[in-house]
Amino acid sequence: MVPVQAQVVPTGQESGIVPEKMRDGIDLQVNGEHYRHTGDPQMPLLWYLRDVLRLTGTKYGSEHGENGADLVLLDGKAVSAITQPIAALAGKAVVTVEGLAAADGTLHPLQQAFIDEDAIGCGYCTPGWLIAGVDLLGRKPHPGDADIDQLPNLCRCGCQTRVRRAIKRAAAGKAGQP
Amino acid sequence: MSHGIRLSRRRFLQVLAGGAGALVVGIRLAEAADAPLPPALFGDEIHGLGPYVRIDVDGKVLIGARDPDTGTGVATSLPRIIADELDADWNNVSVVPLGLGVDNDNGKPRWAYGRQLGGTGGSIPAAWHDLRQAGAAARWLLLQAAARRIGVPASRLRCSNGYVIAPDGRRFGYGSLAAEASKIALPANPPPPKEPAAYRLIGQGAGDVDARAIVTGQVRYAIDHHYGDALVAVLAHCPWPDGTLAHVDTTDTLAVKGVLKVVQLKPEPGQPLGSTVIAPAVAVLAEDTWAALQGRDKLKLEWKPGASGGENSAALEQQALALLAGKAAPTTRVRNAGDVDTAGRKAAHRLDATYVQPWLAHATAEPMNCLVRLDKDRASLVVPTQAPQLAWAVVQRLTGLAPDQIDIRVPRVGGGYGRRLDHDYVAEAVMLAKAAGRPVRLLWTREQDFGHDCYRAGSVHRISALIDRKRQLLAWHQRMASASALARRGVPADRLWTSELQAEPLPAPLVPNYRSDWYALESATPRGPMRGMPHLSNAFAAESFIDEIAHLLREDPLKTRLRILGTPRQLPLDGGATLDTGRLANVLGLVADRIEWKNWLRTVNGLGIACWHIDGAYVAHAVEAAMQGEKLVIQRVVCAVDVGRVINPLGLQGQVAGATLDALSIALNAAITIKGGQVQQRGYKDYPLASMAQLPNDVEVITVADDRAPAGASFLAMPTAAPALANAVFRASAVRVRRLPLMKELLRLL
Repeated sequence: MVPVQAQVVPTGQESGIVPEKMRDGIDLQVNGEHYRHTGDPQMPLLWYLRDVLRLTGTKYGSEHGENGADLVLLDGKAVSAITQPIAALAGKAVVTVEGLAAADGTLHPLQQAFIDEDAIGCGYCTPGWLIAGVDLLGRKPHPGDADIDQLPNLCRCGCQTRVRRAIKRAAAGKAGQP
Repeated sequence: MSHGIRLSRRRFLQVLAGGAGALVVGIRLAEAADAPLPPALFGDEIHGLGPYVRIDVDGKVLIGARDPDTGTGVATSLPRIIADELDADWNNVSVVPLGLGVDNDNGKPRWAYGRQLGGTGGSIPAAWHDLRQAGAAARWLLLQAAARRIGVPASRLRCSNGYVIAPDGRRFGYGSLAAEASKIALPANPPPPKEPAAYRLIGQGAGDVDARAIVTGQVRYAIDHHYGDALVAVLAHCPWPDGTLAHVDTTDTLAVKGVLKVVQLKPEPGQPLGSTVIAPAVAVLAEDTWAALQGRDKLKLEWKPGASGGENSAALEQQALALLAGKAAPTTRVRNAGDVDTAGRKAAHRLDATYVQPWLAHATAEPMNCLVRLDKDRASLVVPTQAPQLAWAVVQRLTGLAPDQIDIRVPRVGGGYGRRLDHDYVAEAVMLAKAAGRPVRLLWTREQDFGHDCYRAGSVHRISALIDRKRQLLAWHQRMASASALARRGVPADRLWTSELQAEPLPAPLVPNYRSDWYALESATPRGPMRGMPHLSNAFAAESFIDEIAHLLREDPLKTRLRILGTPRQLPLDGGATLDTGRLANVLGLVADRIEWKNWLRTVNGLGIACWHIDGAYVAHAVEAAMQGEKLVIQRVVCAVDVGRVINPLGLQGQVAGATLDALSIALNAAITIKGGQVQQRGYKDYPLASMAQLPNDVEVITVADDRAPAGASFLAMPTAAPALANAVFRASAVRVRRLPLMKELLRLL
């Protein structure tokens, strides 16, 4: 039995000729790269990222994504990757924690703020907090405590107060400053 | 090439020339007169040297971290102890996690790196002397190398930030001295570590060494590891730990594309693997996780309950309450100082109270998982564990391999809290790899993590105290009933209390007549170590009760506590530890000042306070809380800790704030219940960790500057958070919560 396949689809195809078998599958974009999923369309995005693309930054948290460890940005909005079958993602753009930094390695201000505030416990749930925070800052560039209270993430290491500071630091444009 | 000196009977300080002119210094445990020579190959010597430091010719410093980092920061704090002794430039230091260090000593394991244990609060105290010695030895060698090169006595040279500096100002990078240094013999007596005044990194804050890799998603936990040909295994566990499989139909499962095999896992009766019991299970092995999960959902299973099928946590609680209300003799009289029975003659007041605490789950962020490859003469595992040596024992029993044929790698761990001291999931993965004849990557789903944990058992405490006319505590009788975490683990019956009740908790050393009794409950639900045990349950009962005494006496609860502590003095405790009442009073005073305790009666909100001590470390919490209708708002939380010397203040702040929030989260909402022998909670919806909104916006952490040897801090701040909160809630709402979880009880009583 063959495991589900990932194929990088060449971009900017000039010929316009698509081989027959390439037509079967679901096209989506992950961290700016184009992929075509040819396996089970019902496979949740989480397992596609982790098992197929080997992008393991997005973590398994629970069957229904309640603890926020598996959040990704879907067209800019934070969603739980385990609740998204690939079939629903045709033509959409996904950004995972691996895609938050700029291509030259410059961190997203919130990533830098997490480092500045040491907002890390065991670190397992950190990617989810970052995605939720980036989503929040996108909607509300200057979030108040009540906005930050709405983040869905859970954490047993107790990094919540430091995450709160990191989000405020990023919002204030002070990431990377002492 | 290798040489070295003996530090003690078993510890050996070793120096060798690494490849490409590197200097390697490590501490290795050795039984024989000749220390084992590590393989000369570059790379292997790192594995062979244990807690080590390697200096490369380009000045880069590599330090090994031997204890698993479960989020406690030891991968940062332990290497900084070495780096400080070495006067290394921290920006040039990288840290690598070490796998399990095990040698073959005639068929028995010899732990090459000594203790490898994470998340139990003991990493820093255990490593403090070894690591300083390794760093000091490396620095001494570099100084000697520079002295020889320029013909100046080493005593006239100094080290700073990765350089040896000569009196005339010439600077020699460590990298340029490494090759020469590796050829110099160490003196007969190990070079002494620095005086504390010379510390440059110890005592300064440092962020997590993995921080950048974590925020970019590059850190790989065990769950992220792969062997190319490994099958993914997911399990359907029997809902009863002692149940059996009555019927299984795998037709639909095997029809799922990608599913290769269904394997039945049967525990060996009467032979717990390592220290753990495992429930029967049916495993689905597939090409990928999605196929395995679908296959599992299509299993048709019928399970039959075992003897535990009638177990009920509510009934266990009733049984405990009845035991403590009656006159039955305790299972163990843990302590009996003075005479509690006759102390009553002088008593002016008597107070009794009963505190009920629930069963708890570990709820680690990273669920149980394990990657195993079995070859003919080798087992290779990637394990999220706090105790690789215990994991090794499980693998060894199942494979019969020689000690050094078992390779256990421990990457950063997604939370431990005691769950990963048991290795049922490792046993399952090894059995599955055997059955499949291929490497296996086992994943527990969240449902299983909640449903098949080694829980902390619920407990009931009943405390009675006698107080005289002068408000002095005359007598304290504490009784506790619980199902011991140590039962069925080969621990003698008269020691089962040790996981449940402290031998001499507060205020035992401060009361002339003190008695504590433990009553055993029987339970078939698996139990195991849990972060903060037994302090968490003991402190909630005792520190709530002290507050109730203050209320009875109509006085300031801070004053009550300080009077019980008395004048600053050192009280020796059973087992060799000491209670320094002055240090405990000091942390109480610090949180009281910060939260403006003097207004404790006048403030509109409720203020609560609590204090505790664990193995030479001291902690106090003060909490300000308010009721807004039925909503509890935790407005301020202040925590003061005294842990002796602080290695990494930033790391300590994080641990203290984190443990505080964890303890509040558990106290507010968490409870596991058992009905018909089955755990009823299956996910975060049933076992709600506190949301961002429920927790305070900040935890104000105060650390006491102290130069005593460092004590552990990973769960120090847990025991006092819940009683300080309950005491604040009492003043905010006039409701005394004697049963956890707090929110449920508070809403019932309001």
